Amino acid sequence: MNPALLGLITIVAGVGGCIGYFYFSNQILDKVIFPATGPDAGRNINRANMVRPWLFLFPAMFALGLYLAYPVFETLRLSLTDRDQGGAFVGLANYQQMAAEPKFWEALRNNLLWLIVVPAASTAFGLLAAQLTDRIKWGSIAKSLIFMPMAISFVGAGVIFKLVYETRPADQNQIGILNAVWLQFDGGFGSFLMLQALPTLILLSFAGIVAYVGWIFVRPIAESRQNGGGAGFVPLRLFVGVAALYLVYLSLTSLIGVFTFDYPYGEPQTWLTIPFWNSFLLMVVLIWIQTGFAMVILSAALRGIPEETVEAAIVDGANPFQIFFKIKVPQIMGTIVVVWTTITITVLKVFDIVFAMTNGQWETQVLANYMFDKLFRANDWGVGSAAAIVIMIMVSPILIWNVYNARKEMK
Amino acid sequence: MDNIAGSKSSLGWVVNISVVLLVALWVFPTFGLLVSSFRTADQITGSGWWASLFPSEQTERFRANDPDENRIERDGLFVVEGNIFEENGGSGDIQSWGTSSRAVDAYKPGDVADLGDGETFSVDAAGNYVWSGNDEQISGRGQRAFVTAVSPPEFTTENYVNIMTSGDSNDNMAKAFFNTLTVTIPATIIPIVVAAFAAYALAWMDFPGRAILIACVVGLLVVPLQLALIPLLKLHVGVGIGKGYLGVWLAHTGFGLPLAIYLLRNYMVGLPRDIIENAKVDGATDFQIFTKIILPLSFPALASFAIFQFLWTWNDLLVAKVFLIDSTGQTTVMTDQIVNLLGTRGGNWEILATAAFVSIAVPLCVFFAMQKYLVRGLLAGSVK
Repeated sequence: MNPALLGLITIVAGVGGCIGYFYFSNQILDKVIFPATGPDAGRNINRANMVRPWLFLFPAMFALGLYLAYPVFETLRLSLTDRDQGGAFVGLANYQQMAAEPKFWEALRNNLLWLIVVPAASTAFGLLAAQLTDRIKWGSIAKSLIFMPMAISFVGAGVIFKLVYETRPADQNQIGILNAVWLQFDGGFGSFLMLQALPTLILLSFAGIVAYVGWIFVRPIAESRQNGGGAGFVPLRLFVGVAALYLVYLSLTSLIGVFTFDYPYGEPQTWLTIPFWNSFLLMVVLIWIQTGFAMVILSAALRGIPEETVEAAIVDGANPFQIFFKIKVPQIMGTIVVVWTTITITVLKVFDIVFAMTNGQWETQVLANYMFDKLFRANDWGVGSAAAIVIMIMVSPILIWNVYNARKEMK
Repeated sequence: MDNIAGSKSSLGWVVNISVVLLVALWVFPTFGLLVSSFRTADQITGSGWWASLFPSEQTERFRANDPDENRIERDGLFVVEGNIFEENGGSGDIQSWGTSSRAVDAYKPGDVADLGDGETFSVDAAGNYVWSGNDEQISGRGQRAFVTAVSPPEFTTENYVNIMTSGDSNDNMAKAFFNTLTVTIPATIIPIVVAAFAAYALAWMDFPGRAILIACVVGLLVVPLQLALIPLLKLHVGVGIGKGYLGVWLAHTGFGLPLAIYLLRNYMVGLPRDIIENAKVDGATDFQIFTKIILPLSFPALASFAIFQFLWTWNDLLVAKVFLIDSTGQTTVMTDQIVNLLGTRGGNWEILATAAFVSIAVPLCVFFAMQKYLVRGLLAGSVK
């Protein structure tokens, strides 16, 4: 059958079926099972009203259960069995096999990098864009242009950025803009400014921000020691503190690298094959897409800030930077966390970008692509499911946090 | 806040320039692909897309027409006449020319080059050339000429025609376009209907366990669909659906439901209680309240979700690859075909750029037309 016709029939059958189901199940409930007539009319109406919510809910709950809840457990089961042995229970053998593969650790390492860089950069750019566009006349046009990549598929974005990173031999015109820009650098003063001074600035400010955030987390511990009171979440705070310390150390050591590195001026680079850095070039694609999302949400939050607080700060003589960092940012911290976690979830599931641009070659593997590789190329369902479970485990803190917040909000 | 004394920022132009830079950075990549899709293969590999936006100066080598066939005798000399652009393609305004590769800009348009022993060659600004000399000189191969011309920006829609009508099934996007459309429309409409009823029950009906169900929906919002691939594929094969449209519609419906229920419930909860209670007092059943009051009032939320689901299903690669595309390749969708093209046609940017833009164009139109609803949905959909 022609797929378009099949599609049309499916729409009619699906929509008609749903509406028919709801209509007739309600009719049957009211007229046949618990009729609102006769001696038990009142009791029947109450009974019908107790059953009715479940009629409304049933199709959705059924689909959710079958398509999302059941697979979680089934995948967990599959990760403990071996397909080649007819689905026999093999304990943690799949996990052991996975842990023995360097490709898995590469994927995990890259995923952690993605988890740090993409949400941070998207949120930062989004905040910057939101703050700047709110102050200018053509702000809404600027916003919708920055927001536009949201509509573009990961695959389409992959093609767009492959053109940006395209490499041609040295004796031909470069058609990728990154190489065209790169060939402008010749080791002179401009190169120093862009390739050494600017990265230094970025690294230093990154280290500064990380140190500040780490300090915010660790400070309550120090204070509670003085006050003698107990600080909640001590392990979490300590963990964040240690992680921040590590990141600061990392950025300071790479600062040395910036000055000792011997830049290959004048040679076009095949960007996507440079190990370690190519992961960042792939992250750029996702940052490019997600910044618009962060901007839209943060811009709404910025507008929701009571003007009195800003006015009071101005009267007290605060400069624009103080107003932004000390008055505005603390008030929208909740929204920033929401944006951050939402992007984090997207990052954990990122598959298409890596699949389309490098397919995990040149050390760019990520977990979702690793899993796809195992499932559909190596046909190893056990290890593939184990990798899926690892993704699930990484998502679950956010899942619990979201459920906790939603419940708190409903009360 | 501009009306507050002292807040008039002296940094106004800095802000403007920063935003211009930011927007340029965000638009440039897409714009580059768009421009590339309107250039021929030679143009794309010859120069960066940014160069095509300005009149370009190019030096190219031409050869005059074959003298043995085209020469005419005039005043005792043999002459070959013609137009460089008509014979070799291209167009432009000639700046300079030469007859030797060592001095390509030796002459101005209209100059006459003396090639020795009375042989002359001249080119004017429009590309007309005259080559004259004696019988022996005007024979053999045509005279070489190096012409530096400034040609205006040149674009073509040929790539789009090619890619939609190509006979090669790997290149032809028309089929994939319709396949994508076939996947997208039912996968957008069906979850809306299912979710709307559930959202109504979760928002306006009282029953034990409601709070737990809502919490479950919030939890399922973030479950990675990677977990669902193998169990559901097994299930689909087990019940006989196999790989195909029905499977992918069901899968998209299942995966879209949590967001749909969450968005719609949040919106419906905010509807005024009075309307619903009045309707109940007047004897309306839940079914009537839902279809006659709630659904029409919830239109903005329905539109928001519809856009999300449309963008998500149109742009999806993973679900289609797992649940739809079989070994025959008849049901390929655009994202999948582009990935294949990246493998087989990695360097053919005229095909890649055009294919990518065919798939990007529809979501972009939807995006710009319905941005308001998209923003509203985003604001309601991010878990607070």
